[in-house]
Formats: sequence, structure tokens, C-alpha cells
Amino acid sequence: MKKFDKERLLLGIAAPLLAIVVAFLVTALVLAATGKAPFNAFGIMFDYGLKADSQVYILNKGTTYYLAGLAVAVGFRMNLFNIGVDGQYRLAAFFAAALGGALTLPGALQIPLIILTAMIVGAMWAGIAGVLKVTRGVSEVVSTIMLNAIATAIIGYLLQQGRLGHLDEAGTKISTTPLPESSRFFEFPTTPTPVWGFIVVAVVAGVAYWFALARTRFGFDLRTVGQSGSAAEASGVDVKKMVVTSMLISGAMAGLIGMPTLLNDSFEYSGDFPVGIGFTGIAIALLGRNHPVGIALGALLWAFLERGTGKLEFEGYDKEIVGVIQGVIVLCVVIAYEVVRRYGLKRQQSKVGAELAAQAARNSDQQEVSA
Amino acid sequence: MRRVSKFAVACTVTAALAFTATACGDSSTEDTGSDKDQMKIGMAYDVGGRGDNSFNDSAARGLDKAKAEFDAETKELTAKSGETPADRETRLQSLAEGGFNPVVAVGFAYKDAIDKIAPKYPDVSFGLVDSVAEAKNVANIVFTEEQGSYLAGVAAALKSKDGQIGFIGGVDLPLIKKFAAGFQQGVLETNPKAKVQIQYLSTGSDLSGFGSPDKGKAAAKGMLDKGADVVFAAAGGSGAGSIEAVAGKPGAWSIGVDSDQAKDPALSKYAATILTSVVKNVDAGVYDLSKSVHDGKPLTGTQAYSLAKDGVSLTTTGDHLKDIQAKLDEAKKKIVDGTIKVKTTL
Repeated sequence: MKKFDKERLLLGIAAPLLAIVVAFLVTALVLAATGKAPFNAFGIMFDYGLKADSQVYILNKGTTYYLAGLAVAVGFRMNLFNIGVDGQYRLAAFFAAALGGALTLPGALQIPLIILTAMIVGAMWAGIAGVLKVTRGVSEVVSTIMLNAIATAIIGYLLQQGRLGHLDEAGTKISTTPLPESSRFFEFPTTPTPVWGFIVVAVVAGVAYWFALARTRFGFDLRTVGQSGSAAEASGVDVKKMVVTSMLISGAMAGLIGMPTLLNDSFEYSGDFPVGIGFTGIAIALLGRNHPVGIALGALLWAFLERGTGKLEFEGYDKEIVGVIQGVIVLCVVIAYEVVRRYGLKRQQSKVGAELAAQAARNSDQQEVSA
Repeated sequence: MRRVSKFAVACTVTAALAFTATACGDSSTEDTGSDKDQMKIGMAYDVGGRGDNSFNDSAARGLDKAKAEFDAETKELTAKSGETPADRETRLQSLAEGGFNPVVAVGFAYKDAIDKIAPKYPDVSFGLVDSVAEAKNVANIVFTEEQGSYLAGVAAALKSKDGQIGFIGGVDLPLIKKFAAGFQQGVLETNPKAKVQIQYLSTGSDLSGFGSPDKGKAAAKGMLDKGADVVFAAAGGSGAGSIEAVAGKPGAWSIGVDSDQAKDPALSKYAATILTSVVKNVDAGVYDLSKSVHDGKPLTGTQAYSLAKDGVSLTTTGDHLKDIQAKLDEAKKKIVDGTIKVKTTL
């Protein structure tokens, strides 16, 4: 039994590794096609990506990406495709920023309040899609895409002068009232730049995700529904309730995505608050196979690629190359998982077949003896 | 239990590795030296970058001029959509560390990044287009878009037959509202009976309104159907759609923005119906800063590129403004001497 476990682990690692190697090969071809030396480019990326300030950047950026990956993965485990993570986190961060800017409580009170607001707003927004799915059978893919657009419009409407936005003196930038000093999250005093304290929350979220899925009845139900809704229903799981609950959890997790930026970096929500991280989360969840450690590695890889290609642009490479690498990695990952899964299945089948044959042979031997 | 400990160990090891590595690694920015002999100009563009046929391209023209004149080495980096303030800081920092001086940040999104990075490099001159930062080594290159738009409003009111005028804004950002405010004021102060319809193509962080000619065309068509005969589109790439729609209605005029759109290769076929364009001379701002650094007297503080300094102006390609030029000059004079104060918000 133990040997089988090891083999599974090996297969599990083989897929992403294979994907990354193939992705780099394809990228090398693309780079060569643009007339640049590909291995030189990778050299620059690794050289630069491993410097101290790059590491800080990667950890900080990875924190955001990790939370995004988790938010998407909760849905994936349930076979729910929550494309709305993007709108959920933006709306959540916006309301959290507006509330945080309006209050001046002690930090110990205000920070949890801001985070809680974000999680509740995110959960509510995702919950709409969940309720629509169970009561009206609306596909969550369609409803969450629509909700993304609506979230953009709501923020656009409220982030205006005279509503929740205020204009800077140059008259060009509109943002929510900045958070008071007390609401800033702590930082690790690393040199040359600090690591955001929110990484701790991300780790806690990862552990909670793992525990809830692997060690609770709820997690078991969730995975069961994900594998087969009808089988879960037959064994007494309330599938509708599970759909709504997991959308709520996914949304609450999405609410956390904007928090590292809000509480550790920008301290306000303005027109240039990062957008599109929800979609990055989909890629990262795929990359990490919905596993808490896998998602962490995926998030760090993603951040590393962005850091490294920033330098590539500086060195005169086309800035679009990062998009190519990322896209190719995701494609390769999806393909590699399928290839490895089939290979594993085949191995398992042939093994089971061999064992059965051996057993049958033993049986017939015994029969002969007894005969 | 076994799996718990394995997981915990994996986490701890990863975190520990990351942090030790952080503590003892080199910084990426320590080993770069600067070459003092040659001038090096660094540009950090907004999303879209060189080739957007609009705002960034105007900055790029200024860079190209400075590059040719001072035989400068240049480096151009471009913002990506979805990036965080930290990304913009990184971009400026890598330019400053790379020995580039001046470092020009194009777009108000760089304001916070300039606030953080400029004080760290007191010997480098920074330029910030469209916003105002406080550090001493920053030249804030700002434009009075509302003044240029006011003149466009005057022209629109004089050219319109029944005073029905349209304004199409790309996205409802404060910057675009400056255009709208000035334009509306210019129209109404010229013809109090006129009516300005204002429409934005998208809202908030949805910047599609700057790049959707189809939306621009639909909005302009709607305005023309309601009787408008002059349409000003301050909408980046979407403006092309508006210009196309206006060209389809006999006697209607369109007003372009950012660059002289009657000379735009893709739009020159509609030049007969393009009344004028409100031009924002970002290139002058970039060039002036580069020149000042080259001359050893770097510009600092707020550099307002106003109507008085020709920082904003109306183009005259096609001579469509000839018959009303006297009135425009009069309005310009009044703005310059302060008789007319143009609003920046609606």
C-alpha cells in the first residue's frame, strides 16, 4: 500500500514538472522566433528573480495570488466554476476600504472589522450566484460573469466625488478616503523592502482550507458532491445547501484577495486598484491542482514570472513574453495532468489486471490440487 | 497525524527558506552603476504604452525628440493592466537605479509610486505627467485640458446650427470630466440656449471605453439621431468610431482629441468633417524636462502646460475654423488673462 502512495506522489509531481519544462521549451522557441537568445533570457529571469528584493516582491505578490487560488479552488472542489472571484474581491475591497476610511477605531478593532467586511461582501456577492443556481438553475459561470460586470458598474457609480470617492488636488485621481495609520497591517522588517504581514493570514487561510476539506464532514460532503452530485444526494447530502455554502466560502475567501494590497500597500481603493486577479486565481488553482501546497507553489511561480519578465523588458525583450509563458504553462498543465492521469489509470488497470490474473491462476492451481 | 506533521514541516521549511534567503541574498539593485557621460532618459508609460495613438504616443514623441537632440540613451517600460502600486514602484526604481535621469512617469496612476520612490533618489529628476507629487525632485507636468476643451466648446457652439451638441467621454474618470466640464462651459457661455448631451462609454475600472470604436460609434449615432450636429469625443481609440459616425451625417462636425486626428492615417478620409482636435502636448512636457536636466537646471514643482503656454491647443488642419478664428482668439485671450475661469469639474 505504501508503495502505491509513493507512486501517486511521484505522478502528482510529474505533471506540473512536465508542464513547466514543456512550457519553457515552447517559450524558448517563441523567444528564438523573435530573434533573441532564449537561454540568456531565462538566465536573466532567474538571476534577477532570486535577488533579495525580488524575493520580497514574489512573497508579497504571491500572498495575493495564493488567496485568489484558494478562492477559486473551493469552487473547483465542488465542480463549481466561480469565475466571479474577480468581481467579488473588487467589490469586497472597495466596501472594506470605504468603511475603513470612514472609521478611526484602534487598529486591533478596525483591521479585523475591515477584513470581516471584505469577507462578508465577497460572500454575499458570490451567494447571489449560488442562490440563483439552486433556485433557478442558472449556471454559475453565466451569473458570475454578469455579476463581475455589475460589480464594476457599482464601484464606478459609488467611486465618484460626492459619493464615496474624493478627488486629489491635481484633479485626476479618485479614491476612497485613505485608511488611518492605525489600520495598516504589520510588516516583517526584511531588507531592503518589508514582507507584508498579510502573508500570515494567507498561510492561516491555506491551513483552514486544507483542514476543512480533508478533516471535516463538510469537506467530505463537498468533495463527494464535486465527484458526483447524484451519488452525494443519494447518500443523504443536501446538495443545494452545499452549493450555496461553498459559493459563500469561495466568496468570503475572494474577499481576502484585495486585503494584502489594501492593508499593506495602497491603503485606499482608487481607480488603479489591481483588476483581473480573480482570473489569475483560476490559472493558479489549476496549476496547484486545488491542493493548498500546490496552489502556494503556483502562486509563487506566477509572481516569479511577473518579476522576472519585468526585468526582461528592461533588458530589451518584448514585454508580452510573460503572457506567452503564463498561457503556455496553463495549457501545458491541463494537458500534462490529463496525460499523467491516463498513464496512472492505465498502470493501475494493468496492475489490477495482473493481480487478478495471478489470483485466478492461484485459484485454478488450488482447484487442480483439490481435484 | 502523520499527514499533519508532514504538511506542517513542508510549510515551515518553505517559509524558513524564503525568509533566510531574503535576509542574506543580494539586492537586485546594488550592482548597477551609472554612466555619467551619456544622458539616459527613462520612461515609464501608462497601460497601452508606445503605439496607443494617443496619450502615451504623445509622450513618446517628446522622448524621441530629446533622444535625437541630446544623443541620449533611452529605456521605455510599460505598465500592465492589473498591476499593483508595488509594480509601478519597481518600474520607477529600476530606472532610477539604472542611472536614468530624468525618469518620466506617464499617467496619474504613478502618483503614489513617485511619492515613495522619488525621495529615495534625490539626485534623480522625476517627471510625473497628469498628477502632482510633493517630493522636491519631481516636475509635475500637468495640463489644463479644460481650457482646450473650452475653446472646442466655443467652436462647437458657433458651428452648430441649432445648438444640439454631444460630448462622448471614454470612461467617467476625473480626467475625462475635466474635458467635459470645460467643453460644456465653452458651449453654454457662447450660446446659452445650446444643449450639451454628455455620455461616457464605460465606468470605473472598466477602461474598455478608451478602446472600443464600436461603442463610440453607437454613442455618436444616438446623439446624431437626437439632433446633435457637433460631437466631441474625448475617448482615446473609441473616438475613431464617433468620427466615422459623424462623417455619415451631412453637415455634422466631429472634434478629435489628444493628437491631430485629421492627420491620423486611419481617419484622414473623414478629415473634411473633423472640425478640429483638442491637443494635449505631453511631448512638450517630456522634452522640456529632458532639456532642463541636460542643461543642468532640472525643472521641479508643478509645470502647468496651460493654454497660455500652448500646452493645450486646437488644431487647424483643413482650415475649418477660419471663419470663427477671431472669436476663438478672443476667448483664448480671456482665458489667458483670467477673465474667463474654466471649471475642472461638472
